[in-house]
Amino acid sequence: MDPLLTGELTAGDVGIVLLKVVVTFVFLLVAVMLMIWFERKLISDMQNRIGPDLAGPWGLFQTFADGVKFFFKEDLKPLRADMGVFRLAPYLSIIPAFVVFCIVPIGGNFVGDDAGVVSIFGHDTFLQVADPPIGILLFLALSSIAVYGVMLAGWSSGSKYPLLGSVRATAQMVSYEAALGLTVATVILLTGSLSTNAIVDAQAATTSVLGFEVPSWNLWTAGVVPFVIFVLAATAELNRPPFDLVEAEQEIVGGFHTEYSSIRFALFFLAEFMNVITMSAIIVTLFLGGPAGPTLFGPDLMWGPIWFFAKVFCFLFMFVWFRATLPRFRYDQLMDLGWKLLIPLALGWLLLLATIRIARDEEWNQFAVAAGVVVIGAVAVGLLQRAISTARKERAAANGVEVFD
Amino acid sequence: MGYLEGFWVTFKKMWEDRVTAPYPEQKAPKPVRLHGRHVLNRYEDGMEKCIGCELCAGVCPAKCIYVRGADNPPDDPVSPGERWGFIYEINYLRCIHCDLCVEACPTEAITESKLFEFSFTNRQDAIYTRDELLVDDEGMPQKLPWEDWREGEDLFTSAWMRATASSGNAAYEGVTAWSGELGYGVRAPELGQSAPEAVPVDPTDEAEAADAAHEDTGH
Repeated sequence: MDPLLTGELTAGDVGIVLLKVVVTFVFLLVAVMLMIWFERKLISDMQNRIGPDLAGPWGLFQTFADGVKFFFKEDLKPLRADMGVFRLAPYLSIIPAFVVFCIVPIGGNFVGDDAGVVSIFGHDTFLQVADPPIGILLFLALSSIAVYGVMLAGWSSGSKYPLLGSVRATAQMVSYEAALGLTVATVILLTGSLSTNAIVDAQAATTSVLGFEVPSWNLWTAGVVPFVIFVLAATAELNRPPFDLVEAEQEIVGGFHTEYSSIRFALFFLAEFMNVITMSAIIVTLFLGGPAGPTLFGPDLMWGPIWFFAKVFCFLFMFVWFRATLPRFRYDQLMDLGWKLLIPLALGWLLLLATIRIARDEEWNQFAVAAGVVVIGAVAVGLLQRAISTARKERAAANGVEVFD
Repeated sequence: MGYLEGFWVTFKKMWEDRVTAPYPEQKAPKPVRLHGRHVLNRYEDGMEKCIGCELCAGVCPAKCIYVRGADNPPDDPVSPGERWGFIYEINYLRCIHCDLCVEACPTEAITESKLFEFSFTNRQDAIYTRDELLVDDEGMPQKLPWEDWREGEDLFTSAWMRATASSGNAAYEGVTAWSGELGYGVRAPELGQSAPEAVPVDPTDEAEAADAAHEDTGH
């Protein structure tokens, strides 16, 4: 729990909370503006173009100009739209995008036993807006609500392309949420707590990997695989290329937001890019030790946020790089990757880590455990392959096609 | 690693030169036969070439040209012929820049410049009158306030031979096929197939390129 909220509640405590909320809100808005600019510039660089360069120095104010334009555009309402839901949907997208960032610790003193507590104006607190005991579950819950934003937007538009887009979105986001949840479970298993603050605190210790003394980031303590799965599933969850079937322009116009215009469209746009930032922040928190990093000069507290944003920036770059490089998945490829590879792998890895944990705690024979893991793993992979190939043959037979394999 | 090679490609591209021209600040060189806004040419002695025959108006598929001819005043003739075009109007809201008027003109009076960047803001400006189309005393097109002329661009003005010249026909190689014009004199004939193939395309060399093109290919 945040030490600020234990004991008696004073006006100062409320003030600190309000300050954190306002700072986070403003920060997110500015960050989204810069993110959109950064994405447009970087993707132009990768495509040998110039990109926005007229609004402000290096086109920095391009997003601001676009935002102003959105405010003054006509707000079109489709005749067949279900107006109540149509109006509600953008807020279901944007509010979770804001709220998820509240559980991300962006700094704090995690060295020693302080558990990230810092002092602001004489009040002990965490450098995050809220640290609820359910922590990372809040992230999963809110990203599920964001699915409703997309789904209801498509459904309520009363138009075919948005409906197709939202059907895709629902299937895709629900599928990949499973892989996402299983990798989060891996991290929770290692940490023993749902609180994001505790997750970061647990990664502040050091561990020995191949003889090197390194911070015990979940990236390697969990064995890299959950990290890779999480990044892939997060990309799909964000509807970012190469998983942007939801908004595949060539097939379904704009997908779920085809009928949206003016500021309502801007809210979807904002939510989309804010989710990219939040998701990068969540990845950093879960796998890369959050604000952990060495102090080079000056006060310790300054370097937490600096390292945190440096890591987040790497992931923002990665997402844009994905977009510039990879062509879009076909729908069945998307589902194959999610259900036949990522989910079984995430589940298997979770069971593997759980087994290793118990074996260590109960002091079982290492070789017996290793042999058991290999045998059970081989059987599981075999069964999965058999199930997949049987299903494929039956489907082919139903369609009157013969499969050679 | 077939999957990851693509990432290296996009990463390399980040450090390469841009192919985009910063358009409003810098214009790309235009093809020599581009059809732009028209000019009405004059002979070397300052006489107007237009004789008011209305062939251009007749051939115009968009019906955007309006011409009226009148007899030349005997004491102060405007054109060397019997008649002159005392009204000449082109409506650029209708013109499709097909250059048929240039093909039809028997006296090379109407040609097209390379200018297409003229964004007028009312219908009256869209209708170019005889006074606006006529070249000035140096044979250069008039630069109207809403037109975006750059340094050296008016050198490309005379387009008649570019539209109708028999490039490639060996029989006419080196034969002058046009009359003289104000400011330029009689331009050298086109070289046809023996002309140098490449014209410099570097936009910084635009003016020089224009001169070179005029001399080498006989403009």
